[in-house]
Amino acid sequence: MATTLKPVDAVIVGFGWTGAILGQQLCDAGLDVVALERGPWRDTATDWATTFAQDELRYMWRHHLFQNVTYDTLTIRNNTGQDALPMRRLGSFLLGTGVGSGGVHWNGQIWRFLPSDFQAKSHNAQRYGKKAVTDYDLTVQDWGITYEELEPHYDKFDKLCGTSGKAGNLKGQIQPGGNPFEGPRSDEYPTPPMAQTYGPTLFGQAAANMGYHPFPHPSGNLSQPYVNPLGCQIGECTYCGFCEKFGCGNYSKASPQTTVLPYLMRKPNFLLRTESEVLRIETTADKKMATGVTYVDSSGQEYFQPAGMVILSAYILHNVRLLLLSGIGGQPYDPKTGEGVVGKNYAYQTTSSVNLFFDDKLINPFIGAGSHATVIDEFNGDNFDHAGLGFIGGGYIGGMITGGRPIEMIYTPQGTPAWGLEWKKAAAKNYLRSFALSIHGACMSHRGNYLDLDPTYRDAFGRPMLRMTFDFTDNEHKMSDYLTAKAAGVAKAMNPREIKVNGRKGSWSVVPYQTTHNTGGAIMGDNPKASVVNKYLQLWDVPNVFSMGAGAYPQNAGYNPTGTLAALAYHSADAIKAQYLKAPGPLVQA
Amino acid sequence: MGRESKGISRRGLLTGGAAIGAAGAAAAAAPKHDGELGAPPQAIRGEVPWIEGAADAPPQAMSGKGYVWFTGAEGPLIEAIVDRLIPPDPTGPGAVEAGVPVFIDRQLAGPFGQGQHFYLGGPWPKGTPEQGYQSRFTPAQFYRAALKAIADHVFKAYGGLEFKSLQPDAKDKLLKDLEAGTVELPDGVDGKAFFTMLLQNTKEGYFSDPIYGGNRDMAAWTMIGFPGAHYDYRDWVSRHNERVPFPPVAFKGRPGWTAS
Repeated sequence: MATTLKPVDAVIVGFGWTGAILGQQLCDAGLDVVALERGPWRDTATDWATTFAQDELRYMWRHHLFQNVTYDTLTIRNNTGQDALPMRRLGSFLLGTGVGSGGVHWNGQIWRFLPSDFQAKSHNAQRYGKKAVTDYDLTVQDWGITYEELEPHYDKFDKLCGTSGKAGNLKGQIQPGGNPFEGPRSDEYPTPPMAQTYGPTLFGQAAANMGYHPFPHPSGNLSQPYVNPLGCQIGECTYCGFCEKFGCGNYSKASPQTTVLPYLMRKPNFLLRTESEVLRIETTADKKMATGVTYVDSSGQEYFQPAGMVILSAYILHNVRLLLLSGIGGQPYDPKTGEGVVGKNYAYQTTSSVNLFFDDKLINPFIGAGSHATVIDEFNGDNFDHAGLGFIGGGYIGGMITGGRPIEMIYTPQGTPAWGLEWKKAAAKNYLRSFALSIHGACMSHRGNYLDLDPTYRDAFGRPMLRMTFDFTDNEHKMSDYLTAKAAGVAKAMNPREIKVNGRKGSWSVVPYQTTHNTGGAIMGDNPKASVVNKYLQLWDVPNVFSMGAGAYPQNAGYNPTGTLAALAYHSADAIKAQYLKAPGPLVQA
Repeated sequence: MGRESKGISRRGLLTGGAAIGAAGAAAAAAPKHDGELGAPPQAIRGEVPWIEGAADAPPQAMSGKGYVWFTGAEGPLIEAIVDRLIPPDPTGPGAVEAGVPVFIDRQLAGPFGQGQHFYLGGPWPKGTPEQGYQSRFTPAQFYRAALKAIADHVFKAYGGLEFKSLQPDAKDKLLKDLEAGTVELPDGVDGKAFFTMLLQNTKEGYFSDPIYGGNRDMAAWTMIGFPGAHYDYRDWVSRHNERVPFPPVAFKGRPGWTAS
């Protein structure tokens, strides 16, 4: 029997990036806020000191900061003809848990989507014909929001993080050294770009010689110390090469811990409960309003937390599952009929790489950082003419060195065996003289790719697991082949001894790590027949529930998702403060 | 304001120390939580709390010689196999001299061996390659079954011989067959899945921090030129194409730091 707690104005479910942003925004507006986080408290000084943070075994391979799938996982399959089986081991994506969640162990790659990305359907249909957005059973949609509406919020997140970079488009003026393809920025980056080591520098030189416009990757690993508008201090990155999968012991990676929590945690109207997992969202009998959430803590006690508003700010897979378990958000999506919305348009990221091996150049790959790269954007989004190519979307290509962690990141030439004397000699010969170009491609939405509840497997609380049905489509394969060939062209121009092309072939596999950029399932749009939330991330059917995160993306663009989901969170918080609190109810009439 | 802790917290134990006895005894009674599920729930208001190791106590050093998990012929068999996966030669140490068997032994004796961070609930139908690990075994159970199956297979296929007595070419042939999934092991053991796990664990033991029992004297890091647990390369970012002169350093320092 659940104990009923004192009602609060808002309950936040999951305390990573969007939970921290909404917590800060709503507490500053004077609301009484409780955040529920299923994992433990953790902080820079106490949990990932530089004396033991550089531990590849513990963090990458033993998953120490990630969701423990022993207790909670999901089931996976490539198509509806297969039986979904549990993801028994993390691989393709590394789910977060605990305070800060994925915001602790991300790379800090802070991007904005292109203006045309938000009109993926209408823009591509207009330029390439209607077939371009329906080929391969694509279910691409417009977002119901524009880049111009989001720009002030992108800017807020840049200023929160102190993002290091160089603007390429300042209020419509193209700037040398930046990304000439980006949407207009209202302001320069808060801190200058990171310094580049030899590998990314060589990439930039070769790309420029080919007529491309290389620029430094926008980075949440800071080039210099910075104090953000909340008074939180972020340090200068030391290029230790342990970002993604690790906590930063140096206070130099933007995270909820470094940018929000020192401010938010001291607020008297904010309460954080750790080790508290939300089981479902409770509603009135007619399912028109949420009344709060039921959660269980690690001592096994169950509580009902009444709340005026529910902010879903867990990872997308958990947000979508909570909607399905609670029976809200609209009809569950059915791939047979194409009807329904919850779970619709699950998408991912289409990555590939090209390794370069030099004889005469010392790359020193251990000098790195999560966003340490020189990038070209010529082949992202609709920055190039897709006529006759047979696909839509694109991605960026970068000479990127996030680190040289030797269990994961020793590259050996084509044809080298995976073990034995030949492997060992190749590892010793090439480690200091090799690195990789990263190709980071979009993933369009597809009729057969979706999320629902698994009919067989249940979690430790007896709830159905989430079921993921996903595969790359011909659109992704054609796009990836095209981008990878362009990257190989730059690689060859860098005059290495040899290259190795690692294309994205075949079906999606859960085994090799790709990227933790899962999107969709609680998508945004301009009407409830085609989406779960409106442009303020407010549920169409239950207006006092807001669903944050990349679950709102109707399809995924060719950039890392965090910048956009943070901007959407600020956009939502503004609407809650300026409109919803004055007149609670739907912010957009269906 | 502060934390309203339920269950047992270290602070609760320490402030309530008078009731239990000496504060030291109370502290000893509250083992450090390493951040997995099941830490006491905390309610935190009005402060940034100091809860050291809530997510992350520093790792425990795996020291000593000899095996704590491998029994009987398992140790010699693992040594003979990893000696082929990373053989000794003048380039650098072999897996055995690097301590990989001791590393694997300690891993199998610990949370990894027990299947922490593996979901092992049923049912267990055979999956597609894309669905990854689909065994009901913990890694420790898998090693135990697979090592016996390999020993039995060799005994039968090579007229009563042990793996370690085979010629190097015969050893490599069997390992390649395991890797390719073309050898059928007794008792339905999935040789390909086992080889994948063993090769991964071998590279982990070879290249992880020596605190875990492998990578002895950081010789594998020296071989490739990885400086280890350094955390500041600011002076070297813009020095292109130069050799970084730092010798490797591990969590516990390096040999030169210890008074002889």
